[in-house]
Amino acid sequence: MRVGLFVPCYVDAFEPEVGIATLELLERFGLDVSYPFDQTCCGQPMTNTGCHAEAAATEALFVKNFTGFDYVVAPSGSCVHQVREHLTAIPQTPEVKAVRERTFELVEFLHDVLKVEAFPWASFPHRVAYHANCNALRGIGHARPSEIQKPFFSKPLDILRKVEGIEIVDLARPDECCGFGGTFSVFEPAVSAKMGYDKVADQSRAGAAYVVSADSSCLMHQKGCAERLGMPLKFIHIAQVLNGAAA
Amino acid sequence: MSAREAILATLRANRPAGAHPLPEVPLFTPLVGPDLVAEFGERLKRMGGRVADADGGDPFGPVRERLQGARVVASAVPEYAGNRDLASVMQPGDLADVDVAIVRAVFGIAETGSVLFTERQLVVNAVAYLAQHLVVLLDPADILPNVQAAYLRPEFGQSAYAVLHTGPSATADIEGVLIHGAQGVRSLTVLLVPRP
Amino acid sequence: MSSASDELRPRGAEERLVNPEVAKAGDESERGQDGGRLAHAEGASRPLSAEPAARREREPQPRGAKIRGDRPIDQAEAAERFLAAPLHQKAHDERLWDLRKKRDAAAHGIPEWEELRELASQIKAHTLSNLDTYLEQFEAAAKANGVHVHWAADGAEHNRIVHAIMRDHGARTLIKSKSMLTEECGFRHYMAGVGIEIIETDLGERIQQLDAEEPSHIVVPAVHKTRLDVAEVFARTLGTDPDNDDVHYLAESQRETTRPHILSADAGMTGCNFAVAETGSVVTCTNEGNADLSGNVPKLQIHSIGIEKLIPRIEYLGVFIRLLSRSALGSPITQYTSHFRGPRAGTEMHMVLVDNGRSARLGMEEFWTSLKCIRCAACMNTCPVYRRSGGLSYGATYAGPIGLIIDPTYNKRKYSTLPFSSTMNGSCTNVCPVKINIHEQIFAWRKVLAEEHYIPALKQGMMKAAGAVLARPAAYRAAIGAADSALKVLPRFAVYNPLNTWGKKREMPEAPRETFHAWYKRERLKKTGQDA
Repeated sequence: MRVGLFVPCYVDAFEPEVGIATLELLERFGLDVSYPFDQTCCGQPMTNTGCHAEAAATEALFVKNFTGFDYVVAPSGSCVHQVREHLTAIPQTPEVKAVRERTFELVEFLHDVLKVEAFPWASFPHRVAYHANCNALRGIGHARPSEIQKPFFSKPLDILRKVEGIEIVDLARPDECCGFGGTFSVFEPAVSAKMGYDKVADQSRAGAAYVVSADSSCLMHQKGCAERLGMPLKFIHIAQVLNGAAA
Repeated sequence: MSAREAILATLRANRPAGAHPLPEVPLFTPLVGPDLVAEFGERLKRMGGRVADADGGDPFGPVRERLQGARVVASAVPEYAGNRDLASVMQPGDLADVDVAIVRAVFGIAETGSVLFTERQLVVNAVAYLAQHLVVLLDPADILPNVQAAYLRPEFGQSAYAVLHTGPSATADIEGVLIHGAQGVRSLTVLLVPRP
Repeated sequence: MSSASDELRPRGAEERLVNPEVAKAGDESERGQDGGRLAHAEGASRPLSAEPAARREREPQPRGAKIRGDRPIDQAEAAERFLAAPLHQKAHDERLWDLRKKRDAAAHGIPEWEELRELASQIKAHTLSNLDTYLEQFEAAAKANGVHVHWAADGAEHNRIVHAIMRDHGARTLIKSKSMLTEECGFRHYMAGVGIEIIETDLGERIQQLDAEEPSHIVVPAVHKTRLDVAEVFARTLGTDPDNDDVHYLAESQRETTRPHILSADAGMTGCNFAVAETGSVVTCTNEGNADLSGNVPKLQIHSIGIEKLIPRIEYLGVFIRLLSRSALGSPITQYTSHFRGPRAGTEMHMVLVDNGRSARLGMEEFWTSLKCIRCAACMNTCPVYRRSGGLSYGATYAGPIGLIIDPTYNKRKYSTLPFSSTMNGSCTNVCPVKINIHEQIFAWRKVLAEEHYIPALKQGMMKAAGAVLARPAAYRAAIGAADSALKVLPRFAVYNPLNTWGKKREMPEAPRETFHAWYKRERLKKTGQDA
């Protein structure tokens, strides 16, 4: 199984440990993981702002980098949602379609493709609030959203509960958006920050020591909010927890 | 071109692509148990209304006190003689001083605790809103299981006016604080009285 | 006991009645006969954090977006002012979140909920794609029922038609129930200009009318006001005691002062929740009974109907009525569900079918399904942005998620900014009882607006620059290659903004020692001999 690792631009620049943890974690399962060296971004910043024409060249580069892999795996539900649902600024050749279909977010790759049963090397004896990125939750179906009348399931919680010692706390508003929203966070900063403050306050009240998410973008925003409010919450990507980060 | 023709022409020109057939709506299993009277009563209570069981021989026993305290009672039912004759009301506004109105429901709905009236039961439609309190006679045999069953009844297509009441007039437009008697009746009491 | 009873059971351990600040001894409306807290109609399921009356200075109510002709609405600016009034913002957020939770409880109590949504969506799609024939059927049925039917191409024509009907009857006063359509038409303003007195009879709408403000929410129009704001408005306009902010006192004062208008009005008007083609009926859903007063007291009765309100047959109300109030307020049905089909003896009934952009919207491939909307406001209640900005920040008749996708159809320039007032989190789509893909339409609107250059040149320029860098690995690496320059490029791909709006309210992320790319090159490539 040949796996192409996509490390989103903000992970590359701000959270390299998340990329490293993802790579190491995938390698623990004996996979042949490649990191195409010319990769940059999935195009989401442009398409989410409506600027599809401006995203076309970036999307073409993404496809060029990731053609030929059995799976493309990224530690971001948001970027994977972009690739699957919105990478449409370029002609939809069979090559483009194949890349879009084979792109998986890390949690669903572990849960649905590898069907991982255990992470024996991992232990995380902490109280954890799980943060569901909205694109991961409602866009690519990580879990049943609270609005929907269906039996509950959650792939990230299934996976996290296999980690020794972890304790998941319940939030008052479990899948309320944290307010990052990509460019929303800078074009509508007051509402974005208030949503973030409310989110970290909820996590804090629930008694969490750590916030774990499958998306670094939300975590970066929440961390900035928690620090501004002087809350002692710590933020860590699920890839790091699963790879055995000691915290 | 008239507005009518212009609107219809634009709608025809802009008809969405694709087939959009009317779906078959299944008859859903009612969410209420077999005791429709009890289910109706429980739901009506949660909507702010009351069901009063007629104790003994006097069907109006539970509201006797209210009726005795009322100056003006407008009755649209043969079981109780009020002191305001609805049939001779000239203007609906003349009913502004009614303290209690008594009407019979066509049927009740267990799923919601609703009762249906049409202009035939109300005589003057406005009485059900201008009165301070509403007393409703409902035959326990006239309770339907759910809203879906109600909308298969003919009254909606035959009456000039048909209305489902579920509890009294209510609002919570200020800070979510629930108030009964926002514009209409302040209370709604259902008496389970079989049809004569 | 069946599962449906869960939606009716009092929720939460908190069994206090209203907030102690506004509690009234012996009040029956909040507590049922079994002692459980009642939360039907719009009632909150628990006491909310009201503004304490004891505060030395009242927090002034934040006002809405500044309207400057056709210039794009600055929703972010208005939202920031709303957030600067923390007592208002908190009460607003908690109140609407409570409605969302009540909606969840109601929906989760019905096994067939998702099937009902799908059925409602399909019935609406069918009706809209055959709207011409259903309107003709409706018109024929209404005429056969003795109703006068009128057609209005736009809001101005609607207002002229109603004015003409009033003039023909020598009518000078009109009582009405809540109608978003008449808000669209600017009906009150028009009628004020021609000397006709309009009295809103929905409590929330009346508050907004007296305060000369638009409704901020389509179901609870004054939800952005605290009871202290209402006490101030009523003292100023109705002559109530300015120091009495008891909610019961305020509501009762409104009832007592409105009742004479209801009794003396020359005409009554309602909006329309559903119009049934088969029978020519107009269906309204209210909790106050005010639509029934408007329709049953005056001699002249007018119903304003948006043409998208049609449904083919009465039996489908068995789907829509089950969805509407549960989605809106979490109650199984509104207190009143009223079906107006023909005039009372000796009175006249008029129905005005209004287009006002709807037929044109039907032709918009990506946006026509927004016409399915039944105006329940579930999307507003769940929207995290709406709850923190207030409905008036959108500067449009329709606020919140549904507003973002229909407002630009009225005025593309003025409302060009609104589709960006969203995180596209998708919760709105999931609560929508007719399954409108709201967040996907927000995404689609952004594309339309960018392509037609309705977004600011600065924003589009930044995206062009970002796209150019991100498409060229060398340029991208040059931009973020050196560890210490990561912060400098934050504006380029995380912030896109020379003003650093990120850092004003949040701490900046720390720049790591090296990028993943650099780590990989150092740790992995040297081992394999692969070269960059």
